Amino acid sequence: MSTMAVPDIAVAPVDEGFWTRSRKVGLTLLALGLLSAVLFGALATDQQARFTLSDDAAGAALEINGTIGAILFGIITIAAGAALLAGVPKRWFLPVLGVGLVAFVLSFLCWQVSAAPAGQNFMPLVNIIRGTFILALPLIFGALAGVLCERSGVVNVAIEGQLLMGAFSGALFGSISGSVWVGLVAAAIGGAFISLLLAVFAIRYLVDQVVMGIVLNLLAVGVTGFLYERLMQTDAAKYNSAPRFSNWEIPLLKDIPVLGPALFRGNIFLYLGLLLVLVIHIGLFRTRWGLRTRSVGEHPIAADTLGVKVLRVRYRNVLLAGVVAGIGGASYTLALYSFTKNMIGGKGFIALAALIFGRWNPTGALLAALFFGFADQLATYLGAINSVIPSQFLAMLPYLATILAVAGLVGRVRAPAADGKPYIKG
Amino acid sequence: MTNPPTPQSGSPDKEPASEAQAAQNALGNTERAEVATEPDRSVAKPGPEPEPKPSLGRLFLDNLWAANTFTVTLLSLVLAIVVGAVLMIISDPEVLSTYSYITSRPSDAINSSWTLVSEAYANLFKGSVFDPEAFSGWLDGANGWQAVLAPISETLTYAAPLVFTGLSVALAFRGGLFNIGAQGQATIGVIMAALAGFLLPLPPGLHLLVAVLAGALGGAIWGFIPGILKARAGAHEVINTIMLNYVATYFLTWLIVQNGVQDPNRTDAISKAVDTSAQLPRLLGDNLRVHAGILLAVLATWAVAWLLNRSTLGFELRAVGANPDAARTAGISVTRTYILIMVFAGILAGLGGSNMVLGSTASALTPLVVAQIGFDGILVALLGRVKPWGVLLAALLFGALQAGGNRMQSYSGISLELVTVLQALIVIFIAAPALVKAIFQLRAARAARLQTSLAKGW
Repeated sequence: MSTMAVPDIAVAPVDEGFWTRSRKVGLTLLALGLLSAVLFGALATDQQARFTLSDDAAGAALEINGTIGAILFGIITIAAGAALLAGVPKRWFLPVLGVGLVAFVLSFLCWQVSAAPAGQNFMPLVNIIRGTFILALPLIFGALAGVLCERSGVVNVAIEGQLLMGAFSGALFGSISGSVWVGLVAAAIGGAFISLLLAVFAIRYLVDQVVMGIVLNLLAVGVTGFLYERLMQTDAAKYNSAPRFSNWEIPLLKDIPVLGPALFRGNIFLYLGLLLVLVIHIGLFRTRWGLRTRSVGEHPIAADTLGVKVLRVRYRNVLLAGVVAGIGGASYTLALYSFTKNMIGGKGFIALAALIFGRWNPTGALLAALFFGFADQLATYLGAINSVIPSQFLAMLPYLATILAVAGLVGRVRAPAADGKPYIKG
Repeated sequence: MTNPPTPQSGSPDKEPASEAQAAQNALGNTERAEVATEPDRSVAKPGPEPEPKPSLGRLFLDNLWAANTFTVTLLSLVLAIVVGAVLMIISDPEVLSTYSYITSRPSDAINSSWTLVSEAYANLFKGSVFDPEAFSGWLDGANGWQAVLAPISETLTYAAPLVFTGLSVALAFRGGLFNIGAQGQATIGVIMAALAGFLLPLPPGLHLLVAVLAGALGGAIWGFIPGILKARAGAHEVINTIMLNYVATYFLTWLIVQNGVQDPNRTDAISKAVDTSAQLPRLLGDNLRVHAGILLAVLATWAVAWLLNRSTLGFELRAVGANPDAARTAGISVTRTYILIMVFAGILAGLGGSNMVLGSTASALTPLVVAQIGFDGILVALLGRVKPWGVLLAALLFGALQAGGNRMQSYSGISLELVTVLQALIVIFIAAPALVKAIFQLRAARAARLQTSLAKGW
């Protein structure tokens, strides 16, 4: 057999020595800071980089000279990296890392905004924030669906299919009935339908859950695509013209500068998504249901011994996940666009990435979804100002970040212990 | 379509609507109408009567209705076809309207449903296996022999890349890894093959060889990444391969519009065409699309079968797949095996990718040049029971569904998406043999052990 020098078992080293995770991250951050200070600083122009507090170039703005800004923020990143390298108390790790990364992004933006074509040296913050949330919305719903499923021990790769089925049935029944609320309920049922298949086959028939998820995605693409061509394309007025939720302005909150117009003049899905994050977070960590869900996901045998109905908990959670994802799908067809074939286009898999990047935690998933949404929005913005950065590379960012996360470079991510393992009572 | 358009596909009752139904007929079930239109009755239909017969025939019948691999596969096909028929009926407003008065005149509903469904499935069969009209046309001298072979040629053309991606997934499965990344590996493969195909000025023959190998190399690189991440960092290959699929797709869309790659005469996203010296030769003349890719696919199937069953690496691979801890104890390097599995899986998927651009499917890069071959490969591997020759057969079936689906779309107006539905359904039923067993009241098989679980969670 082979005699390779590398250890065969992949486990985290117990004694890390000098190069702790914090120091490694610090070194990476230091390198990023140097890159931004030197490269971005050199490429930035002397134009003022304006970050306007509105939808367009008008109004008040935060301004900074492009070159100075790029270098300044680069130096902040260097400082953060140096601090981590020197060693900071553990509770300071995340804040310092956050400051360093934000400064890096700002340095990048100073370069991009100042180097934009004349007259376009501004970045409308309201626009960016609103776009970030809109693009993150399906990811939030999808990742929450993943949290519900996987915390109870069922792998949910079918998020894409649940979103798609939700979007489709929302559009179909919303159009037929002419009511957004009927559409919303139908979307939830549509998502739950895919979930039901996942639950029955994964829990009852013990089919491999990843396999089932992949196949269900294809089934959802096929069924919705088939019915789209048969029904919606032939008679769009009847089957594909769902009414849309209008925007609801929240009194008082809508007048907050920047955040008000960006967040509190949105549609029901935005509020619902943020509310669900809160509800699921509290539910998961503060209620009896949450404790049972987590116990079933971590150690089903122990849970069963204590009288928790393992399979029932799993069925219920998987169905709930379908409802959440179905509503997420409706956030497309009942608010923004009419249904088109395969309109989710991989968002379900980014949601899966957000779930993993957010470490199977609702709040973490929200932050990850917002990060991915921001990357998406930034790609659009950079495209509009003719940036040299290809939008495709920004689009890759969520996926690359997730690979780095699971490879342990950004910290260890650990799935619920019983995730993906069917439970056979006996 | 290379078929001459036939005026209004002839009476559908003359030939079986599909392979599975043909098989049903062979088994002695003659009421095809029921299979297609009335799922409940066909589901409840008892098997061939177990009459007292000589032992050999008795044994045959016994096995026929036992939950062995063959029967479950066949019945999964039947179930999928039935669900597909239901989908066709409920999505056709005209046919559906006849159901509103089904109590007063049931013949209307049954006849219109039967016509719709049987014509669609008949076209599926004619487009993929054999078209009797083309055959009689050839006898009459109305068309050449190519028209007779056209359906088979189409089937083989669609099947070839699926064999490679199916083998890629199956090989990884046997080693205990779930390669969802065949799509990404094929994407990088297609990029490398195409770049070698139009950038390198090489003589014919050598050029083709280099292009095919470039595709394999691309796939190998893209398989190596999740392999080494799995082996060294313990990162789950399912997550990484999913993510790498998208990275590859975005890389492809970026690359196509770069200078030197994009077709200078076009403004849309399409690359230069692969030189003819790097294209796989067609086997049956220029009118039929079948190309040497299918021969390579058979060769690859044989190679993978040999690798798995006859080589040291194959033994190590299966040992690691069965139980990594035991394999490690026995002195097998699990790290090395994981990396090699993913590299080999990548090579196979990359070859599948080269097929897409060096064969007759396309000759230039477009954002959708890889189609769905990676994801279909997962289904093919499962349908083929993760065995090399099984994968080959499964790929042929999927190729036939694709080829027939094209004809079904253009002749019967049934969307090609129905094929996706059928494929997904077949695999769902295959994956849950207990369900099929329950629906058809099959006896437990004596020897066959039907696996239900393949991979393990995250």
